[in-house]
Amino acid sequence: MRIGLFATCLGDTLFPEAVKSTAVLLARLGHDVVFPPGQTCCGQMHVNTGYQREPVPLVRNFAEQFGDASIEAVVMPSGSCAGSVRHQHEIVAERYGDASLRAGVATVKAKTYELSEFLVDVLDAEDVGAYFPHRVTYHPTCHSLRMLRVGDKPLKLLRAVDSIDLVELPEADSCCGFGGTFAVKNAETSTAMLQDKMRNIAGTDAEVCTAGDSSCLMHIGGGLSRIRSGTRTLHLAQILSATRTSPYVPTEAVR
Amino acid sequence: MTTARETVLGRIKDALALAPTPDTTVPRAYRTGRTLPDDERLALFTDRLVDYRATVHTCTADRTAQAVAEVLREHGARRIGVPAGLDPLWLDAYDGEVQQDSGDIPAPRLDALDGVLTASAVSCAETGTIFLDGSPDQGRRALSLVPDLHVCVVDLSTVEAGVPEAVARLEPQRPTTLISGPSATSDIELERVEGVHGPRTLAVVIRTDR
Amino acid sequence: MSSTFLGMPATPPRSPYGTGNLRGDRKFPKAAHDELRNEQLRRNLGRATRTIRAKRLNVTGELPDWEALREAGSAIKTDTMNRLPELLEQLERKVTERGGTVHWARDGVEANEIVTRLVKATGSSDVIKVKSMATQEIGLNEHLESVGITPYETDLAELIVQLAHDKPSHILVPAIHRNRDEIRQIFLKEIPGVDPGLDNVPAHLAAAARAYLREKFMTTEVAVSGANFGIAETGTLAVVESEGNGRMCLTMPDTLITVMGIEKVLPRYQDLEVFLQLLPRSSTGERMNPYTSMWTGVTPGDGPQDFHLVLLDNGRTAALADRIGREALNCIRCSACLNVCPVYERAGGHAYGSTYPGPIGAVLTPQLAGMHAAKGDPNSSLPYASSLCGACFDACPVKIDIPSLLVELRHQNTEQSGTTAEKLAMKAAATVMKHPKLFTAAQKGAGIGRLVGGRDGRISHLPPPFNGWSESRDTAAPPKQTFRSWLASAEGAQAMRAAAGEYEKNRKQKEEEK
Repeated sequence: MRIGLFATCLGDTLFPEAVKSTAVLLARLGHDVVFPPGQTCCGQMHVNTGYQREPVPLVRNFAEQFGDASIEAVVMPSGSCAGSVRHQHEIVAERYGDASLRAGVATVKAKTYELSEFLVDVLDAEDVGAYFPHRVTYHPTCHSLRMLRVGDKPLKLLRAVDSIDLVELPEADSCCGFGGTFAVKNAETSTAMLQDKMRNIAGTDAEVCTAGDSSCLMHIGGGLSRIRSGTRTLHLAQILSATRTSPYVPTEAVR
Repeated sequence: MTTARETVLGRIKDALALAPTPDTTVPRAYRTGRTLPDDERLALFTDRLVDYRATVHTCTADRTAQAVAEVLREHGARRIGVPAGLDPLWLDAYDGEVQQDSGDIPAPRLDALDGVLTASAVSCAETGTIFLDGSPDQGRRALSLVPDLHVCVVDLSTVEAGVPEAVARLEPQRPTTLISGPSATSDIELERVEGVHGPRTLAVVIRTDR
Repeated sequence: MSSTFLGMPATPPRSPYGTGNLRGDRKFPKAAHDELRNEQLRRNLGRATRTIRAKRLNVTGELPDWEALREAGSAIKTDTMNRLPELLEQLERKVTERGGTVHWARDGVEANEIVTRLVKATGSSDVIKVKSMATQEIGLNEHLESVGITPYETDLAELIVQLAHDKPSHILVPAIHRNRDEIRQIFLKEIPGVDPGLDNVPAHLAAAARAYLREKFMTTEVAVSGANFGIAETGTLAVVESEGNGRMCLTMPDTLITVMGIEKVLPRYQDLEVFLQLLPRSSTGERMNPYTSMWTGVTPGDGPQDFHLVLLDNGRTAALADRIGREALNCIRCSACLNVCPVYERAGGHAYGSTYPGPIGAVLTPQLAGMHAAKGDPNSSLPYASSLCGACFDACPVKIDIPSLLVELRHQNTEQSGTTAEKLAMKAAATVMKHPKLFTAAQKGAGIGRLVGGRDGRISHLPPPFNGWSESRDTAAPPKQTFRSWLASAEGAQAMRAAAGEYEKNRKQKEEEK
């Protein structure tokens, strides 16, 4: 399958390991991974902060970069960016776009997937041949859970990982408090939410807390790092791409 | 001068003109028209009532007076009120004082009663709800509200399976009270406490052959 | 008037600024700053919302047709809004036919005046009240007090709030921020003649309230209520409650005045079959609330013989004029969204500054009362008081897409705000991001962030507006290489070739095994 990889602006710039892992994983599963070089950002931050005129060029760029019919699927290691493409782009296009933008948005929307749903739903792969001999807990991010309804697909993938010690996270479905600019505008309320999330993570005694969104992981990981908790965060793709021949080796500082 | 009525209706029309939306049809795919056998309705209704901490007694119609008298005795009710249209036979075995209600009695005076005995209009098994509709055997609303004990006779044939089935049997014009257990509050730390302003005790006598 | 005359629809006005209880005096982050430090509040709210969440899930989960009920509830409400003029006129006609009197109020000020006039006409200087969001919204109690009429709240939680000279913090349980010890203290201090030996057992506290209010119920001649539903088809009004204080107020006095928002009308009596299932299960997590009273005008010999219905606009038509925002009017005030909201659970209801707190409050309040961004209106901060986690949407019995409404109101706020530093930053970011070359250059610039990182690659302090973030979170310094430069590098190409090679190897292995 010819897959257009959307790195997301955050992944491309700040969390390249998660995107590298996604690319490597998809290639290891036998797919042709293409990276349209003109891609930038989906515009989610703009829309969620209340700006819909400003991201019009971003929405258009996304549709142009991935609109090519030779790209059978657009895959991204982010539930919230996939949610933005699937739910917000048409709102922006309806309001401030033209007919061609609306058509372009509809085309890419229909073939856009978050990584775990692409693996499970489209590729029908639960065991992706990963090896990860560590104690791991999984935080379902709000947008994958309630916007994309990925359900337990990430957990199905994790359960199939060789040698993993997967522990359930208490109150897993409660928000970590990130919410994009929410964590800046309402930093204190966000911190209160983060504290509870970290308390639950600490209770699992996991080495690694994983999720499908680098943004939420940046938030949780930033908090865990600040208190020197001894638990690190790692994107789901990084666990799924690790194998016996090329096992996971930590290379990043705070994630 | 424009009246408030004209202004508000005008604003609504303006609002709908500014933001028109297509007509909607209401999908009613939820359960309606359910029937359950007598024993299942009785079991379900009883389970719900007990869950609300109402007391439940069953009898056949010919034992109504005995069942009622026993319940009243159990609760120490020496002086009770009854609606004017209540079947007098229900009181045959009761040896306490009976005050037949009438509109001449100021409602606050009902506070002096130990309890009240009424019939009921309809019930819903799934939610444990009894519907009173102010019929002569149920009386005015104050009568079943002010006294601290409410003994309510329910005929099993009037117990419907679910809410839609029960609502369908109501007469909208009648003052209707839905009762699901004794009065309760969850206002203190969301912990349910039975017994506030309405009757603190609800005793239900279900007649299984009516 | 002129609008219809000219044939050009005019945008209806919001609730007048400075009236009622639809606006706090501080923006949400400031108010939350203080509330978050209230350990007692945090503990009370955490416990209470956790309890109610579990109860709600139990009783909604046991209905196999819960989703169908939600669909029906949502559609009935949408249909109602589409046909609001005819339904209200029908309701008015039916209530009038049955001996009631219908009044219309453009806003809270007018509604307060109507109620005051009606109370004064009875000669009573006291009124008993059933918990009502509409009268809370318009500040009826404050208004009545200002003209020498004493309102007695009779719902236990409202009574606690009133006795403590406090404000409600939850739609259903206005005193959710108080625990049993605090309530005991309030009762000891404020209830005349209360048993000084009163302990903190909830049943005993409820009994103390019963004893205190009993005399009021028996003697007060006028009651004021709200309404959960008003049925256009029959003129029937419904109040859903638990304690029996509602039954008392709706039954014992001679005069009953009901204040109802215009959006509370329902087309058919049959629609109750949906909402009597949705509301109790969503609000208190019960299969059915203890009491629901339904009355149609006046019934001779039973209950109040003088009945008045006040239909209230107060910004509702302004919300109705918004194709997207209108959905907030579908709310049936169950408060399920509050109980599942992580922001509400921590900041509490007072932080929202409005009668309507929590997620629904954050979308309803700004629409009823406006968010005059230029004036620094606290309401303009409400749409941002959410992480957009979506738990509210899942819990809502009438499927109000609260996260989408929040995003929509944020958009309206930025559109109204003119040029702000944030807007300029957003524009700049978009300008960079729409040009891949600029974006790549900016990514390189971000690499400079590595200079502020410590030797361990952690950034622990950031300048405003990010200082709140960095107060409790480290930030990773940007890595040396972006993904795209890695992919373009020899190392990246090698990694991708190796991965493809591994697939080939595995495939061959599998074939050989066959």
